Amino acid sequence: MSEPLLQVEHLKKYYPIGGGWFGKSPQLVKAVDDISFTVRKGETFGLVGESGCGKSTTGRSILRLIEPSEGKVIFDGKEITALSPEELRRTRKDMQIVFQDPFSSLDPRHTVQRILEEPLIVHGMGNAKERQAMIQRLIDVVGLTQSHLQRYPHQFSGGQRQRIGIARALSLQPKLIVADEPVSALDVSIQSQVINLLQDLQEEFGLTYIFIAHDLSVVKHICDRVAVMYLGRIVEIADKHKLYTKPQHPYTQALLSAVPEPDPDRKPERIILQGEVPSPANAPIGCAFHTRCPQAMEVCHTHRPELAETDQGHLTACHLFTEMRATGQTHLA
Amino acid sequence: MIQPILQIEDLHTHFFTDRGEIPAVDGVNLYVNPGEVLGVVGESGCGKSVTSLSILKLIPQPPGRITGGSILFKGQDIVAMKEREMRSIRGNSISMIFQEPMTSLNPLFTVGQQIGESVRLHRQFSKKEAREHTIDMLRRVGIARPEAIIDEYPHQLSGGMRQRVMIAMAISCSPELLIADEPTTALDVTIQAQILDLIRRLNEENGTAVMMITHDLGVVAEMCHRVAVMYAGKVVEEGSVHDIFKNPLHPYTQGLIKSVPRMDEDRRRLFSIPGNVPILNTELTGCRFAERCENVMPVCLEKLPELQECESAHSCRCWLHETPQEEVV
Repeated sequence: MSEPLLQVEHLKKYYPIGGGWFGKSPQLVKAVDDISFTVRKGETFGLVGESGCGKSTTGRSILRLIEPSEGKVIFDGKEITALSPEELRRTRKDMQIVFQDPFSSLDPRHTVQRILEEPLIVHGMGNAKERQAMIQRLIDVVGLTQSHLQRYPHQFSGGQRQRIGIARALSLQPKLIVADEPVSALDVSIQSQVINLLQDLQEEFGLTYIFIAHDLSVVKHICDRVAVMYLGRIVEIADKHKLYTKPQHPYTQALLSAVPEPDPDRKPERIILQGEVPSPANAPIGCAFHTRCPQAMEVCHTHRPELAETDQGHLTACHLFTEMRATGQTHLA
Repeated sequence: MIQPILQIEDLHTHFFTDRGEIPAVDGVNLYVNPGEVLGVVGESGCGKSVTSLSILKLIPQPPGRITGGSILFKGQDIVAMKEREMRSIRGNSISMIFQEPMTSLNPLFTVGQQIGESVRLHRQFSKKEAREHTIDMLRRVGIARPEAIIDEYPHQLSGGMRQRVMIAMAISCSPELLIADEPTTALDVTIQAQILDLIRRLNEENGTAVMMITHDLGVVAEMCHRVAVMYAGKVVEEGSVHDIFKNPLHPYTQGLIKSVPRMDEDRRRLFSIPGNVPILNTELTGCRFAERCENVMPVCLEKLPELQECESAHSCRCWLHETPQEEVV
């Protein structure tokens, strides 16, 4: 097992809403509520969940594009959350992000050349000639051509724009790339091109990815380990084979069963969850999922289950397993 | 032989822009049988949404215009209908669910006013009858507390609830044909499962024919009886859902199916179709997919293949499967 590149410990991001004047304490939206995980060197770590579960906020808090409210992020031995702005700026060279929307994440007034050169200038990489050579290599690596360099983002299709976004993230030779829904805005045939590109680049440059997505089939294809989020918390983390074949948390089970498979002969037993995700401003006490959980018990309404190991390398936050562990322990004692 | 409820023949919907004429729908043939769920699949810009908007004559004009072909709904040609006649069909015997429930509901009216409008108009219901009917509809689409929700505004509802309201609106006059244009694309998977389940029940219980427009092959496999695959303004393959997934004939359909990652198998590398969708214009000759096709032959670049029945109830527009008979012009 390779060493960890990134450790996230008790990360929280709370947003105040309403109130707050004259001593009235504001209500808090707990977008990310005490999550911890480790990403190993060279792996692809998936963060999945439905809209509003806090997966993007997590990705951005790790890079401190959003300031976390509490918790520690340790990247490559450095505590990101304790760095001064200048140190952070220098560290960002090693951790980059690819955004979901290839239309709004590229400056429409800059040519591709300039988009790719800017990070190199900011971080003082090479002279003009060396930079030119780097850019030419980048554009080549992501499957675009020389002639594209003088064009503007609007002259490209969605897939090509996403390639430019990837080239920009790669330009500083980072160790970690946070890919926030990098293929969800793309058509199926283009999506597979970009997924293949991401995998090739990982192999070539030894990259580590945090892959944030809501499409469970894509996550299964590209990730090594996967964390499932629900209402700002991680409910399950496991190796992808374990997670997809033996999901433990009832939410993960429902989520996986809800994915329509492109095979008309397979009609899997579907768990259709009732109701909708509660608002994070008004999250249920106890287990956040108990309002929709088909197996909710008394204890779920009052006590929040902790994420704990249930099987080797398989962590689940569910009382169904807390009980099992408790009985297991008495058995051992 | 069953008489199709909807029969589209050689439909052309073109857009006239500064950059010239764009044949967004370029000779489409489709039919929907009563009680059937037809899936129309394709990627952005293939003309699937324009086809559905053409059926209800909702194409913004200018720049768009139906330039040819016919759309027969129960034997009557919609293309030739006047706006007044169209109004009696829209929301009544044919209704539509759109992708984005937020932008397709009017923010200034309550849920009740919007759903009630169609029965007040088409069925001449009184206010009181309309309200009762609306509550009934909201209950049918699975909304808890319909008596309260009926007086709420769209912004007070979540995405899944808004989509349910849209569906309640669409089915309030018991349409014979429901056109669902990417009805679940903006929704999360667990909510998607609820909405698909609802549409399936409408089809099974009321026998409403559904035309399901989507880019998601998983949704198609799960929901549809028959599938039409569109590429660059044309139908390239049409057949039963089983034939399309198990025995796809057109190289584009084959590529599309192979490029989707699946949960039930492990593949190290995804298949990918090289290149991009062509930019449509009226000067294109030959097969629209030729540039990206693995099996391209000289004839593909010169002449456009016809949509032909290759196997029983399975048609394909490809020179590989063209029967070597005299070419039909």
